[in-house]
Amino acid sequence: MTNVTMTVNGRTVSSDVEGRTLLSSFLREGQGLTGTHVGCDTSQCGACVVHVNGKAVKSCTMFATEADGAEVATIEGQANADGSLNAIQQAFQDYHGLQCGFCTPGMVMSAAALLKDNPKPTEAEVREYLEGNICRCTGYHNIVKAIMAASGQDVSAIAAE
Amino acid sequence: MPKDSGIGASTLRREDVRFLTGTGEYTDDIQIAKQASAVFARSTVAHGKINSIDTSAAEAMPGVLAVFTGEDFVEVGGNPAGWLINSRDGEPMKEPKRPVLAHGKVRHVGDAYAAVIAETVEQAKDAVEAIEADIEELPAVIDMGEALSGNNFVHDEIGTNQCFDWGWIEDNRAATDEAIKNAHHVTTLDLVNNRLVPNAMEPRCSIGNYKASTGEYTLHTTSQNPHLTRLLISAFVLGIPENMLTVIAPDVGGGFGSKIYHYGEEALVLAAAKRLNRPVKWTADRTEAFLTDAHGRDHVTKIELALDADGKFLAFRTDTKANVGAYLSNFSTATPTFLHGTLMAGNYTVPLVYVNVKAVFTNTAPVDAYRGAGRPEATYSIERVIDKAARELGMDPIELRRKNFVKPDQYPFASAAGLEYDAGNYDALMDKMIEVSDMAGFAARRAKSEAKGLMRGFGVNAYIEACGIAPSNLVGVLGSRVGLYDAATVRVNATGNLSVMVGAHSHGQGHETAFPQVVAEMLGVDAATVDIVHGDTSKIPFGMGTYGSRSLAVCGSAVVRATEKIINKAKKIAGHMLEASDTDIELKDGVFSVVGTNKSVTFGEVALKAYIPHEFPLDDIEPGLEETAFYDPANFTYPSGAYCCEVEVDPATGKVRVDRMTAVDDFGNVINPMIVTGQVHGGLAQGIGQALVENTTYDADGQLLSASYMDYCMPRADDVPFYAVDHSQGTPCTHNPLGVKGCGEAGAIGSPPTVVNAVIDALQSGGHNITDIDMPVSPGRVWQAMQAAK
Repeated sequence: MTNVTMTVNGRTVSSDVEGRTLLSSFLREGQGLTGTHVGCDTSQCGACVVHVNGKAVKSCTMFATEADGAEVATIEGQANADGSLNAIQQAFQDYHGLQCGFCTPGMVMSAAALLKDNPKPTEAEVREYLEGNICRCTGYHNIVKAIMAASGQDVSAIAAE
Repeated sequence: MPKDSGIGASTLRREDVRFLTGTGEYTDDIQIAKQASAVFARSTVAHGKINSIDTSAAEAMPGVLAVFTGEDFVEVGGNPAGWLINSRDGEPMKEPKRPVLAHGKVRHVGDAYAAVIAETVEQAKDAVEAIEADIEELPAVIDMGEALSGNNFVHDEIGTNQCFDWGWIEDNRAATDEAIKNAHHVTTLDLVNNRLVPNAMEPRCSIGNYKASTGEYTLHTTSQNPHLTRLLISAFVLGIPENMLTVIAPDVGGGFGSKIYHYGEEALVLAAAKRLNRPVKWTADRTEAFLTDAHGRDHVTKIELALDADGKFLAFRTDTKANVGAYLSNFSTATPTFLHGTLMAGNYTVPLVYVNVKAVFTNTAPVDAYRGAGRPEATYSIERVIDKAARELGMDPIELRRKNFVKPDQYPFASAAGLEYDAGNYDALMDKMIEVSDMAGFAARRAKSEAKGLMRGFGVNAYIEACGIAPSNLVGVLGSRVGLYDAATVRVNATGNLSVMVGAHSHGQGHETAFPQVVAEMLGVDAATVDIVHGDTSKIPFGMGTYGSRSLAVCGSAVVRATEKIINKAKKIAGHMLEASDTDIELKDGVFSVVGTNKSVTFGEVALKAYIPHEFPLDDIEPGLEETAFYDPANFTYPSGAYCCEVEVDPATGKVRVDRMTAVDDFGNVINPMIVTGQVHGGLAQGIGQALVENTTYDADGQLLSASYMDYCMPRADDVPFYAVDHSQGTPCTHNPLGVKGCGEAGAIGSPPTVVNAVIDALQSGGHNITDIDMPVSPGRVWQAMQAAK
């Protein structure tokens, strides 16, 4: 067992973990942060995306020990300080960018990373960026629309109904 | 003007807040104190004889609490088939036992033959590796043709790999043959409806719990229908008294059919929980999901369409082999038969239909209903062969369809495949599709594509489906072993807010938002005061769950009926309070008033009176305000649609890109347009996925080659375009109180033939004489077809 200490959503946490413990397991089972989901074993689906030191990372593909000393942000820490949804979360609700909700935390975290690097992405840039996030429910239409709306772009011309 | 509340409003989903903040509660998120972990030992061969299983080394491993094998379940029942199909000769289908854990033989890669329960999942995984299983590999039965002709059997005790040989409508067989023999023109097409894996993003997960002091079991599980799961476990598999078993399906991360069924893992965790007197959890990894979730489709079909000289359809005849895999999943026998054969008249006045389906056991994972379930297969066959016929006859594919459409004055229409369509207007859908898709601009868009060196094609499709599954009396006659009603309880609480307990289960469909819109509209109260309870058999009435696009049409109707009962009783209470007859009471905007007077009481005042029944007419009215309704529809609902898409095909690589996709659907009345549109979007992506990228591949030895997201291509965001979706042409369902039809599967039904027809149109436009290409239309297949057509 190895002791790891990291900051998760601004709170310092410390725990003994096995060498093989994944960051996703550390967050879900160790910290009870079950908003980070695990949907595959091959780093494809993106349901487990969190931010490590500001970068989007698939937490199922990183050992907890590798995150020792890091700043980790998960979906649970995304809302505004008053508990209201942040701009990306609100856009996902406003544009019906989620259905079953399982891929949603990863989508929101990826969207946040995208908009940080590229504040006004084109449709093609959004779609390409989401290569690593699979959604089976929405057909992506409303996810792409929500992310573009969250970036402040006018999406009214995109078919609604 | 769009409404901002009630029926017809695009109310934002209340469930979103918990999903967007990471506070949803999916089964794997639940940790119960003292919870142990189960991991399964699964066959690595497709077909094998179990000579021995030595678990002693595994049992001695650190943290191991118990090891189960098939021997532990020989005394209990099996997982049954939910639908009896009789063959053409009247013989009932073959129903081999499906045990909790394999016993005697393993029958597909992934078939579980043992399970380890340990303190941690890691310890259980390690111990599974220590199980010594002597499994003698046998030749695998994979190809359906060889399965039917050979004498190597998946189930030795039944001595055949043919589950049934079903004819529909058998009485029409000779007349159909005759019509085809004598027809002016017959178009023939051989089709493969590719095998798919549903791939809900949440892998299956189950937690069994047992309370020794009372004998009560609880199962948390990823289910679309917790009551059906409880019934199957109680009545067929473990014999746990139903009233001692609670099944809870909390937040469920998608289903698409794969979570309708009861699976052996659910029985195992319950049995293990009892033996160990501890909660036991199992969570699938993604490869386990690929290996063991029920797959979808997998039909091989020959279809013939007979036409007269004017292009009128005379008959459809199909010959289909349907793969059911190694065991019968709960609805695997209904899917290729009554959910497929009965739709083989399509939207058309064709007088004769004959469908022959042979269901075949193979050493592959069980195959069952996946989004659309039988109806995509029917639509694909019909709509592909119509396009081919149009090309052969030199007719416009839209005009050929219109010539044969059932017309609005023909309803109710008795289809040649045995269904009674209640309402529709297929020409109106086609007109709208032409408008919404800007079909008029296609020629210019094609010219632009060609200027870039790309071939551009336009594909069209008209579909009808039967959903809202459906009348118990009818499905009973057809062989169903379950009823297909649904149920709702509306409880008005003393303070005037409402709890509505429903049998349907929401795993993405937005019931928590849409059902309150209905109740709020009927009562004239704020929808925010209506809460939906679902997914827990200890809280909800006995409903049949969510699949087959049935939630609103069936369960929503039960909600309406229960709310009507509430209104009737509330009017009696209001009448008493206002000293008037209940027949003189009207309800408007949440206020009960005596007609023609200014005397009134609010909904809240009536609710309070019901629970604080002072000065209450107890001889006439019981206290309380809670009503339950079971609703069993008179018919299926029949959504229909006209779809089109435009694809670009790169002649250099064979790569197909869907550039425009238009879906015009008739869903009758729509409760929440935003949610309905979202349902269509998802179906479209799954249909485009089937048409272009998804495929489940077993090799000749029965190894699943596409058992991870590295090898099974899921549609990504950049595989699909923005869609144009319209449901303005609704013709209300005539037999349910809301006039609604199912919308969940339409997109997946209508889109695959649309895409493939467009690809063929594109290839033809490029001078390639290609009339058929199988799904998934991969770059390799397009390239090979182009080379072969040279």
